[in-house]
Amino acid sequence: MNEMEFTLYILILPLVSFIILGLGGYKMKPVVSGLLGSVLLGATTLLSYATAFIYFTAPRVDGAFAKMMPYNMKWLDFGGTLQFNLGILLDPISVMMLVVISTVSLMVHIYSMGYMHGEKGFQRYYAFLSLFTFSMLGLVLATNIFQMYLFWELVGVSSFLLIGFYYTKPEAVAASKKAFIVTRFADLGFLIGILLLSFYTGTFDFDKLCSCDPALFSGAIQASFLGYSVISVALALIFIGGAGKSAMFPLQIWLPDAMEGPTPVSALIHAATMVVAGVFLVARLFPVYETFAPDVLHGIAYVGAFTSLFAAAIACVQTDIKRVLAFSTISQIGFMMVALGVSGMGSHEGTGYMAGMFHLFTHAMFKALLFLGAGAIIHAVHSNEMSNMGGLRKHLPVTHITFLIACLAISGIPPFSGFFSKDEILAASFSFSPLMGIAMSGIAGLTAFYMFRLYYRIFWGTPSEHKHTPHEAPALMTVPLIFLAVVTCVAGFIPFGEFVSSDGLIYEIHLDPTVAITSVVVACLAIGFATWMYKKGSNTMPDQLATTFCGLHTAASHRFYIDEVYLFITRKIIFDRISTPIAWFDRHVVDGFMNGLSWSANRVAYLIRGFQSGNVQQYAYVFLIGTFLIVALALSQYINF
Amino acid sequence: MEYYLVVSAIMMFAGIYGFIVRRSLLGILISIELILNSVDINFMVFNRYLYPDQMEGFFFTLFAIGVSAAETAIAIAICINVYRNLHSIQVKNLDEMKN
Amino acid sequence: MEMTLNEVVFYLLSAVIVVCSILTVTTTRILRSATYLLFVLFATAGLYFQMNYSFMGAVQLTVYAGGVIVLYVFSILLTSSPGGDNERPKMKYVIAGLSAVVAGALLSIYIILSHSFPTSKYVAGEIDMKMIGQVLMGTEKYQYLLPFEAVSVLLLACIVGGILIARKR
Repeated sequence: MNEMEFTLYILILPLVSFIILGLGGYKMKPVVSGLLGSVLLGATTLLSYATAFIYFTAPRVDGAFAKMMPYNMKWLDFGGTLQFNLGILLDPISVMMLVVISTVSLMVHIYSMGYMHGEKGFQRYYAFLSLFTFSMLGLVLATNIFQMYLFWELVGVSSFLLIGFYYTKPEAVAASKKAFIVTRFADLGFLIGILLLSFYTGTFDFDKLCSCDPALFSGAIQASFLGYSVISVALALIFIGGAGKSAMFPLQIWLPDAMEGPTPVSALIHAATMVVAGVFLVARLFPVYETFAPDVLHGIAYVGAFTSLFAAAIACVQTDIKRVLAFSTISQIGFMMVALGVSGMGSHEGTGYMAGMFHLFTHAMFKALLFLGAGAIIHAVHSNEMSNMGGLRKHLPVTHITFLIACLAISGIPPFSGFFSKDEILAASFSFSPLMGIAMSGIAGLTAFYMFRLYYRIFWGTPSEHKHTPHEAPALMTVPLIFLAVVTCVAGFIPFGEFVSSDGLIYEIHLDPTVAITSVVVACLAIGFATWMYKKGSNTMPDQLATTFCGLHTAASHRFYIDEVYLFITRKIIFDRISTPIAWFDRHVVDGFMNGLSWSANRVAYLIRGFQSGNVQQYAYVFLIGTFLIVALALSQYINF
Repeated sequence: MEYYLVVSAIMMFAGIYGFIVRRSLLGILISIELILNSVDINFMVFNRYLYPDQMEGFFFTLFAIGVSAAETAIAIAICINVYRNLHSIQVKNLDEMKN
Repeated sequence: MEMTLNEVVFYLLSAVIVVCSILTVTTTRILRSATYLLFVLFATAGLYFQMNYSFMGAVQLTVYAGGVIVLYVFSILLTSSPGGDNERPKMKYVIAGLSAVVAGALLSIYIILSHSFPTSKYVAGEIDMKMIGQVLMGTEKYQYLLPFEAVSVLLLACIVGGILIARKR
């Protein structure tokens, strides 16, 4: 596959950008560094598109797109069966992810030139963006699970850097730490899962793993751990890693706080790319999950569904627009997880897989659009709080239109892209179990409701007082908005099933009329409800509802106290019960030992300091004594013999 | 001849005692002279009583006297210099270079 | 046991050496110490004479007694501040030094007395001055031109160094 070797540059260009900006960025003018980053990323994007074009126009092998490995080098060889490779794997989902990541990243780069204009550390910001893009691309192109883990951690680090970009703000620092620790904690599960899996199968390669060769997995199936086969345990652990990155319940707590980062970063990391890494991971190992651990897959579906509901409920009462979007992201990722979880192999059972990937694609586009739109709004009114907004539609026409398109898309209104992908998910859920289908439809309705609540509170309602008239964002920011809006409008008509499906064969997307009509009706009802409640801004219904369901409302606005539970667990239980004794041990025994060492060294030093008086006479005296001793010793020997 | 050696040993240890106990530079130098002198006696005695037909001990003593004279001259020059700078030749005051 | 004159002289000189060397290091006045040293050196020279090394005795008298002691006396007079020259070493040092030194002295005397030296081949008689001169200036085996030159260079260096160190800046 020599003609695909240029894919290596997809990885190299962002890395080069990071190195140049990271090392020499502070000497550049901000505009130069922004342009450099954007141009290099533009080249990456073009290469990604070219890759996608070549890949998807290449002739199919047995009706499926061939997996390609244009580059695979042996990186660490530990002899025997253990070796780590670094390389590039092209298959439908990784190519799709390439397109998604590079597109969103490019949009964010361009947008940031406007949004971050005049910020301190502009060059640093671009360096981090490049690093993030590099690691995310590396993640999706990884040929083996170990390489994926490496880039996975790189993604974690760069997201930590980006969330904590405003490092002078304590909240941002706390948020970045939280994000890093929570995801790192989940990554521990991932790592253990990797180790288990590779120990029993003797390989890291996705290629071999996904072939589901029973011989390869026989050891893992037979060995059991706590009553489950090792393969289930390993896959569940790997899912925990994915859940951490993708903010699945109960590891979702970091994502809302991560909104402390710059808004474009939220768009890039917390909407389009990093948070779907978990989804991508599950999709990547999907054949393994499906063949050997369907139970785990079902567990994933339930976790996804619960997270989705949970996050949607919270999103209804949040007042910070970025947090609403964050919870909406969690909810939508829950959708994707559900889609993967309910899916099976084969053409019809594989609906969920296809739908999950499709939703990943469309969601990345419209969620990035939403975040960038939110960024434009924040840029205009200098606040994240909805109460400071209202009536903005006259001031921000472009943002208004694009935001509306994104809201319609996420609510699942045809013909916007979200409709198609969400519809497929619902169809897959219904075929899994009616209960799941109904639940997901309900959540979809909830999604529509809170998105339009957001929309109306921002753009309609009573205009709040502003110190200065809000103005439309500069062209650098609106152009990406428009581009993404266009993509959102047309993405639904991409015959996605032809490109990505569970078994690689062409999958014909067919709209189940019942499901489609139901979901549209539900969405419309929800939108109507939201319109009635929030459009005028004078309707007292929300307040009445809030008082009626006082407990629920308070709980939801406190995110169901999950953070508090975590705090309780960490503070009271881990810190007080475990860490304190350990700290005591450390302080008194370990440190004590060390202090004792230093203390005795000190004492000895004081003792023997007298010997180093510099007084030659004293030296002579000691020398004399020593001589006597030696002589006496020799003499005693002499006498004895 | 043992009695010569005993005498020189006593002289030597007197010198060592002085070297250790004396508090002034000149006292120490005098003690060193004693030590050197006792060594000289030993050389002479060995030469005379054990190897009378050779002259190593003799010449060694000769050179030792020369060297000790030179050493004394230098040491006294240093002493005078120290005294000029510190107005004391007590060893306990010579801690300028310490710390 | 009758004593030869030689032995009488030896015991006399030994007594002077022992007493004076002990006094040298125990006296508290530095000038007296130098004086006792002078007596020790005189007695040493006497020992040399007694061993029929009259040349060595002469050297000892001229160099040590005549040169070195005079130097000492001068420097003592130059450096001693009035009333400040009496030394009173600390008791601690005295005890420590004394015990060590006595132990060492006893040890070495014991060794000296218990060691059986080869039989003495004492031949009385003066070393020929001519021979001394030849050996000192010769370059053959057991001849000492090179050390002689080395010592002469050393002495020169000492003169220069002494002047350099002691001169006023």
